[in-house]
Amino acid sequence: MTSASPAIQQFELDYAAVRKSALRTNTISTVFFALCFVVTAWMGGFFDMTDVTLANGDRVSMWKIWAGLPRLGEYLYKTLPVLHWETLWGDLVNWFWRWKVWLQLLIETILIAYMATLLGVVGAFLLSFPASRNLAPNRIIFNVTRRYLEIIRTVPDLVWALIFVFCFGVGPLAGVLAIGLHATGALGKLYSEANENADMRPVEGIKASGGSWFDQIRYGIVPQVIPNIISYTLLRFEINVRSSSIIGFVGAGGLGQEIRVAMSLQEYTDLSALFLIIFTTVIVIDMLSENVRHRIIGLTGKGV
Amino acid sequence: MLLVEQLSKQFGDLTAVDAVSLVIPKGQMVGVIGRSGAGKSTLLRMINRLTDPSQGSIVYESQNVTALRGRELRLWRASCAMIFQQFNLVERMDVLTNVMVGRIARTGFMRSMTRSFTEADRSRAIDALDRLDLVPQALQRAGTLSGGQQQRVAIAKALVQNPRIMLADEPIASLDPANATRVMDALREINRTDGLTVLVNLHTLDTARAYCDRIIAMRAGQVRFDGAPEALTSEKVREIYGAGELGTDFNEAVTSTSISSGSHRPQIKAVGT
Repeated sequence: MTSASPAIQQFELDYAAVRKSALRTNTISTVFFALCFVVTAWMGGFFDMTDVTLANGDRVSMWKIWAGLPRLGEYLYKTLPVLHWETLWGDLVNWFWRWKVWLQLLIETILIAYMATLLGVVGAFLLSFPASRNLAPNRIIFNVTRRYLEIIRTVPDLVWALIFVFCFGVGPLAGVLAIGLHATGALGKLYSEANENADMRPVEGIKASGGSWFDQIRYGIVPQVIPNIISYTLLRFEINVRSSSIIGFVGAGGLGQEIRVAMSLQEYTDLSALFLIIFTTVIVIDMLSENVRHRIIGLTGKGV
Repeated sequence: MLLVEQLSKQFGDLTAVDAVSLVIPKGQMVGVIGRSGAGKSTLLRMINRLTDPSQGSIVYESQNVTALRGRELRLWRASCAMIFQQFNLVERMDVLTNVMVGRIARTGFMRSMTRSFTEADRSRAIDALDRLDLVPQALQRAGTLSGGQQQRVAIAKALVQNPRIMLADEPIASLDPANATRVMDALREINRTDGLTVLVNLHTLDTARAYCDRIIAMRAGQVRFDGAPEALTSEKVREIYGAGELGTDFNEAVTSTSISSGSHRPQIKAVGT
């Protein structure tokens, strides 16, 4: 330590300075984020109090979250069906008493998701090329398509559904259009990012041979991004199945409308039956699509 | 005959090519040499119109190339085929389709989008692959081939473009000596047999000497030497590469890519002070 060379002594000084400035940055950012958290929690009502009547009739003021937690269990308990071992079959039939309607609506839900994904893929595929920084023919086209994709994906599909139900009436058509439009925006962004990460050398090769803009895309970009496109599309299909099971809330077809009816009529056991159906469907579709996606990634992973 | 007149290119403040004028007769094999950043690539890319010139003009057989637009421009690009250092093939597509893409400028929109080339294009592509001994690899993915094979695929693609000029931008810079020789031999064979004008950027002096009828040397965007390989003396070489300024020894054999003994040996050794 005593016989350190001048270079090492200088390093120790620099190192101490770097450490000190890093510590300062860390402290400032920790305090900042902690403050933000407290303010957000306060605005969100996390510290609110509520008056509760206790079992002995006293009225006390209590922390809202503490007072409300037991009601969650209460709600879940209400949705549980009464099942007896001796009359199990009868009880199950009773629980899923509307199974014919529900099955039909389940099929409708999946078809809405399928149609919407298809619309989204076609729209997003076509728009992703002008929306890629490296491929757009000019600034104006790039900005217009980018902004369009942003707008249609920023509006939630539930809001699109409200608008389309107003235009085209109650039914799956509104749902397909709503989810399809939102999916176009979301997929368009993912596809265009895949395009932007593509190797531009093949594009230049096609251009130098006299290929038009479309030829450059068709041969230079598409073969490179196809595995990404398939993977993103399957992921989007999973998301769309979840969306389409909710979208019926506003009358746009699928199982959602049954959930809404059950909620407003306080048919609690119907709710648990519907959740079970949706839960199972989503899990099965997720598993299938993940399987396919991994197979595609595995197939094409080499040499990409 | 290819006429380049007062051709310049500026990238911001940087002048990559500075008022270059050249006359290249049909069927000549021309080597363009110079340090990295001397403007060799920019010159070739302007001839193919991948890069638009800032000033000056390019005229090919009384056709003003610099004024071409749209379909005419695409046909020009097809008629002066470009070969790149990194091959620029579509690696995920098979070799045959990569070669058929050379017909893209004369392929209709629907045929191109659906990847349905004509039977004539297919047989033309196979003929070109046969000429470069690549028929057995025709159905393999281009990305699975070695660098030398990929460059020969690129040459086959250039051939089906039915070009009048062939431009090669550092075609052997990422190849080992054996493959470099095969690629250069292929270019020379095309030059001799088909009578095509070949312009090739090289950074190995001995390759330029061994293969080219004429050498053009560039430095800082300007042509500093233009003549037969024999006229390129060691003083000239030192001036072009600036070896004297750097105070380093300069030896052609160090950058040599030739493997065959005898004919490709450098005749002149330029040794710095």
